Amino acid sequence: MDILTSFIIIPVLTIIGILFCKDAKQVKWVSAIGMTLQLLNAAMLIILFLLERKSGNMAVMLFVKDVIWYPSLNIHYYVGVDGISVAMIGLTSIVIFAGIFASWEVTDLPKEFFITLILLSSGVFGFFISLDLFTLFLFYEIAVIPMYLLIGIWGSGPREYSAMKLTLMLMGGSALILVGLLGLYFNSAPGGGQLTFNILEIAKVHIPVETQKFFFPFLFIGFGVLGALFPFHTWSPDGHASAPTAVSMLHAGVLMKLGGYGCFRVAVFLLPEAAHELAWIFIILTTIGVIYGAFGAIWQKDLKYINAYSSVSHCALVLFAILMFNQTAMTGAILQMISHGIMTALFFALIGMIYGRTHTRYINEMGGLMKVMPFLAVCYVIGGLASLGLPGFSGFVAEMTIFVGAFKNADVFHRVATIIAVSSIVVTAVYILRVVGVLLFGKIKNEQFEHLTDAKWHEKLSTGILIFGITAIGLAPLWLSELINGSLGPIIQRLLVSSPIH
Amino acid sequence: MIDFTYTVWIVLIPLIIFVLVGFFGNKFKPLVSGVIGTSGLFVSMALSYYTAYQYFFVLPKAGDVFAKVIGYNTVWLKLTDKLHIDLGVLLDPISVMMLIVITTVSFMVHLYSIGYMHGEKGYMRFFSFLSLFSFSMLGLVVATNIFQMYIFWELVGVSSFLLIGFYYEKDSAVAASKKAFIVTRFADLGFLVGILILSFTTGTFDFITLTDPNGPAMLQGSGIMFLGLSTMTWSMIFIFMGGAGKSAMFPLHIWLPDAMEGPTPVSALIHAATMVVAGVYLVARLFPIFHFSAPVALDVVMYVGAFSSIFAAIIACTQFDIKRVLAYSTMSQIGLMMFALGVSGYGEEQGLGFMASMFHLFTHAFFKALLFLGAGAIIHAVHSNVMNEMGGLRKHLPITHLTFLIACLSIAGIPPLAGFFSKDEILAAGHEKSMILFILGLTISGLTAFYMFRLYFSIFWGKEQHYHHTPHEAPKVMTIPLMLLALGAIFAGFLPFASFVTSDGKPFATHIEPFVAIPAVLVGVIGALLAMVFYKKETNIPERISASLGGFYHAAFRKFYIDEVYLFITKKIIFNYVSQPIAWFDRHIVDGSMNGISYVTNGVSTKIKGFQSGQLQQYAWVFITGAVALTLAFIYLWTN
Repeated sequence: MDILTSFIIIPVLTIIGILFCKDAKQVKWVSAIGMTLQLLNAAMLIILFLLERKSGNMAVMLFVKDVIWYPSLNIHYYVGVDGISVAMIGLTSIVIFAGIFASWEVTDLPKEFFITLILLSSGVFGFFISLDLFTLFLFYEIAVIPMYLLIGIWGSGPREYSAMKLTLMLMGGSALILVGLLGLYFNSAPGGGQLTFNILEIAKVHIPVETQKFFFPFLFIGFGVLGALFPFHTWSPDGHASAPTAVSMLHAGVLMKLGGYGCFRVAVFLLPEAAHELAWIFIILTTIGVIYGAFGAIWQKDLKYINAYSSVSHCALVLFAILMFNQTAMTGAILQMISHGIMTALFFALIGMIYGRTHTRYINEMGGLMKVMPFLAVCYVIGGLASLGLPGFSGFVAEMTIFVGAFKNADVFHRVATIIAVSSIVVTAVYILRVVGVLLFGKIKNEQFEHLTDAKWHEKLSTGILIFGITAIGLAPLWLSELINGSLGPIIQRLLVSSPIH
Repeated sequence: MIDFTYTVWIVLIPLIIFVLVGFFGNKFKPLVSGVIGTSGLFVSMALSYYTAYQYFFVLPKAGDVFAKVIGYNTVWLKLTDKLHIDLGVLLDPISVMMLIVITTVSFMVHLYSIGYMHGEKGYMRFFSFLSLFSFSMLGLVVATNIFQMYIFWELVGVSSFLLIGFYYEKDSAVAASKKAFIVTRFADLGFLVGILILSFTTGTFDFITLTDPNGPAMLQGSGIMFLGLSTMTWSMIFIFMGGAGKSAMFPLHIWLPDAMEGPTPVSALIHAATMVVAGVYLVARLFPIFHFSAPVALDVVMYVGAFSSIFAAIIACTQFDIKRVLAYSTMSQIGLMMFALGVSGYGEEQGLGFMASMFHLFTHAFFKALLFLGAGAIIHAVHSNVMNEMGGLRKHLPITHLTFLIACLSIAGIPPLAGFFSKDEILAAGHEKSMILFILGLTISGLTAFYMFRLYFSIFWGKEQHYHHTPHEAPKVMTIPLMLLALGAIFAGFLPFASFVTSDGKPFATHIEPFVAIPAVLVGVIGALLAMVFYKKETNIPERISASLGGFYHAAFRKFYIDEVYLFITKKIIFNYVSQPIAWFDRHIVDGSMNGISYVTNGVSTKIKGFQSGQLQQYAWVFITGAVALTLAFIYLWTN
């Protein structure tokens, strides 16, 4: 069995294991063991990948496996990874691991909950290893659809409305993606011959510019919906507010990254000329998104809304960086996906833990939590500092890489957009410190909160691994940035060739 | 060549202590964390002195210039082929001097805090943050490249945030810490943009390359113009914005007085001696670029410094909270340092202003830290910050009284104390530039002497108050740092500073010019005497004078309403007119249109669903109508 397929097999085996469990405790432990194995598997993949590269294997994709799946349409099960996918797999395994421990106290239908959650994660893993557009789309749907059940059944507040809204908007995005993918498929052999879904094959073909320009918006907006592209982000605040903790973690931490990854791997990589020509529209939208999300967050009172708007801002920066079309900015985009993924998972985990104790998410009803739950409060402060881009945490590394990369485009349009995006670091500081000040500091507002308890072991484990992630990247970023940087060659090459200057 | 690799430990020891005390501090008794922190800083301090000795006396000079030595360097993050962020230790005269200042003051403050913070909740948290700050500040001054400086710049910002908000249950402390962080963050935005422009035009972050008089930064000269100024000028102005934020220069000073909410030792270390001079250090570090490629930016530095200095000195005369008086005094003195840099030229005697600025930074660290620690001892004794509630304390606090007096004399520029020498050089540099600037400098000196002695006489003389308990002198662990710093405030001025720290590394000789020194001492004495007349015995002169100044006094007392302006912009405009509308827009317009799509879809489906009613008659009717319509259509088409 090859290592990549094992990323799908482990979740499936875990799900089968859960089916045989008798009570909630067994379910939890089986899930925990499965996802621990997945985490170790990801660590092993990173090591194997680095070793392979070190030994001089410079193939674009490593650990490739190709099986014909449906010959008449030339659909393959074709998997392989480069440094970027490896990094995203690492992110996913950390977030799902932390998510399992953050949902340790789910009492309502635990078996079904963990099955759906792990099924969702298997879709994400499949998405990141796929090199065949059809398989990629299949895994994408596997990752998105369980969300409806998870929010609709285990959610809170107006959960049916939120679940329906989120699913419909994401399905709308999927429909656009499907059109785009079919467009790619039917143009994959301009000189006649076998049509293909293979990403690497399509990348060798020159698709006419007009066709590219027609299909590019479908793909970029389609994936952009999931990546919270302004103005298609509104599923995010409602969806997160109603979703149970682990689902929010996984959704904001990983699923939103499918959008960025898709924009980057499919839309920009396969349609580079259209990307160049149409980039200005999306640069405007993402620049608005960066600053709009940050200002939107200042006003919110619900912790989850604050974090949802903050995610809109941070994820807009990912798409913004991708559209800068240079190696530095794109490295920054991937770093930002990983950094934001871990960070936002940490936030949603903490919000869930705080809500589980206080039964409110309104910051005005809380206050002085530092005194009653110091561990969670300190974690929240660390998350906040990471989110506002403090050196020593991953956010700083990602943002600085993006800004330096974006600044390499010397024309006025890019400069103005970049400076607007850079100014978000101040607005971010405003809303983060506001929350920290009101929620954690000051005096305890509600006397009932004085007897609340601090984190339990599984909560410490869940937040601990996420904090370890952001600080490890923040303190020693070089290996990760080199891992990503080293795999950007083919994409940059294609963009350079298609650049209007040439 | 001497191996300076060990200097990395000067920076790392405080980091290790931070981790040790921060994570495991609650495992042992509170006092232990204080002792660990203090002894760690002692080691750092000893290493710094050793480094200074090695650097200035043992290391052979290159020609007659102090060489720049890279003690340690490692690549932290590669951004492009050319640009990479390194972490390392750069030794040159100013960084070595800063190592001495930071480790000395930090050690004194650590020692003092063992006594001052005794019995406080969060004792170990305090010491871990103090070590974090020392680490960040040391990393900042030894930065080998501008991005390393920015990294540690942010870290000192966050340490300052954590320490100002140390009493996190107090709303005013939380608000002050937030304000300090956000205002400096806003300034840092300028710093970052400046770095981006600078690195884009020169292709490097490295300080040695950047400040090389024949390097890429100078060759850029006045290359590309934007709005009438060269790119280098813009980048330097933006970078100075960062420096102005940290160093509390007008109009970014508003966070500093509020920052006094933090424990007093913190104010002494961060908000008097070290972090707030980071802006001065930044300008000094990039001085060759300012001088050769961005003279307009250097003028900006001069004007901002001079204005901030006189502005703060006026406000300081009207405040009653002793820590706030000291805060405005700090702002005023830093303004003088900026001013001195602004008037300076480059190279030997031409660079007198540069030397004077660094010299004043050095002496100021001692006497201002002493003043704050003295203020801490006073607050410790009477449990109040307000000078109206003090008076006649000289009998109760003899050591504090004496050391405070020394510091006041030193800052007022009375010879032969340290402040006299450094301020004299600044005035001489101003005098070389123009007479108006010299008079401005004299006015600031006079005001300084006045407000410092106003403080001194109100606290230690004047009418004895009825205290709840009789005030008593602080314990030895607090008074010893006071006495040691007092020695610095007396003798630091005798150092032949120009033999060590100059704009181009070449030593030169300085001498006291009588036509500068005599007026300077005179205004100092006059200021002090005026304060004595006003405040030594209880009189009504101050009230009469403030009444006669009317609106101006009131405006100065209210700090010229700058805070109100900021509040108006942030609360009224940003919060109410930007953030709230965006939130509304998002919920109602953007989301509304998404919901609208679903309503339309729903509506259409309600209309359509009538077709599938399950009623056979209806189906038959539709079928027949359709068939007839189609038939007619086909007939029509064929016949034409």
